[in-house]
Amino acid sequence: MQATNHIGFIVAAYAAAFAVVGVLIAWVMLDYRAQRRKLADLELRGITRRSAATRSERTMEQAKEEA
Amino acid sequence: MALADFANPSRFLTFANRAIPWLGGVTLIAFAFGLNQAMVAPDDYQQGATVKIMFLHVPSAWLGMLGWGVMTIAALGTLVWRHPLADVAAKAAAPIGAAFTLLCLVTGSLWGRPEWGTYWVWDARLTSELVLFLLYLGVIALWRTVEDPSRAARAAAILTLVGAIDLPIIKFSVDWWNTLHQGTSVFRLGGSTIYPTILIPLFVMAVAFTLLFVTLHVAAMRNEILRRRVRTLRLMQASAAS
Repeated sequence: MQATNHIGFIVAAYAAAFAVVGVLIAWVMLDYRAQRRKLADLELRGITRRSAATRSERTMEQAKEEA
Repeated sequence: MALADFANPSRFLTFANRAIPWLGGVTLIAFAFGLNQAMVAPDDYQQGATVKIMFLHVPSAWLGMLGWGVMTIAALGTLVWRHPLADVAAKAAAPIGAAFTLLCLVTGSLWGRPEWGTYWVWDARLTSELVLFLLYLGVIALWRTVEDPSRAARAAAILTLVGAIDLPIIKFSVDWWNTLHQGTSVFRLGGSTIYPTILIPLFVMAVAFTLLFVTLHVAAMRNEILRRRVRTLRLMQASAAS
């Protein structure tokens, strides 16, 4: 059996693998950007998690004390 | 830092941010080496060059099953131990496992046509693999249907545990039934039936695919934690407004 007889099947299989893996990587990266953007947008509007807010309050207090 | 410390989502995010670039780099190197090995591997004496499809098909099949295995352990974590990251891990693994199962089915069809003369037969191995893909779609649909993540997690965990029955069926289908799909040839009593010049590239590609799975899974878990933070903040915003 020669490689040239079935080269189309081999190329199609590798193309499918590249496509599926490419879509997976793109999905993960785009989703990460979207979530980061949404979080940044909420924080810009002053909506933060309590733990994050407490941390930033502490930082401000420390800065005041140092000043 | 103990493994249990990663149960804290914030600590997991710190870990993920540090680990993902390294994991991505190692995965890239593993694929460069694996693809090179796959291309220079000799043709099979019976199958010819179509044996090169095996370097994609077999790791995809393993990872499709590994994905459901990860989800099964996570399902136990959700239902039994109520681990804070268990349902995050399960939800993140589902689309990745589904993609690898789909890749297994597609590459299997493209390998089957020149070897068997057909793209598809309803034999036990192929059908049980298709069932796994449909189970993945079911779990993904369930996650998207139920809005509350904790309720969705419990429902998805039950479906995952029930679906885990398919894993031994896939594995032993070629032993239990007379199938067109070949029998076990890699991990079997008495050693592998594959010659080392083909077996070694197969293992290298399997390692590369597994590293890809781990990288994508950690990244998808990070996304899911961030998505839940966005949801919590929006709920806080809504309750403050009302």
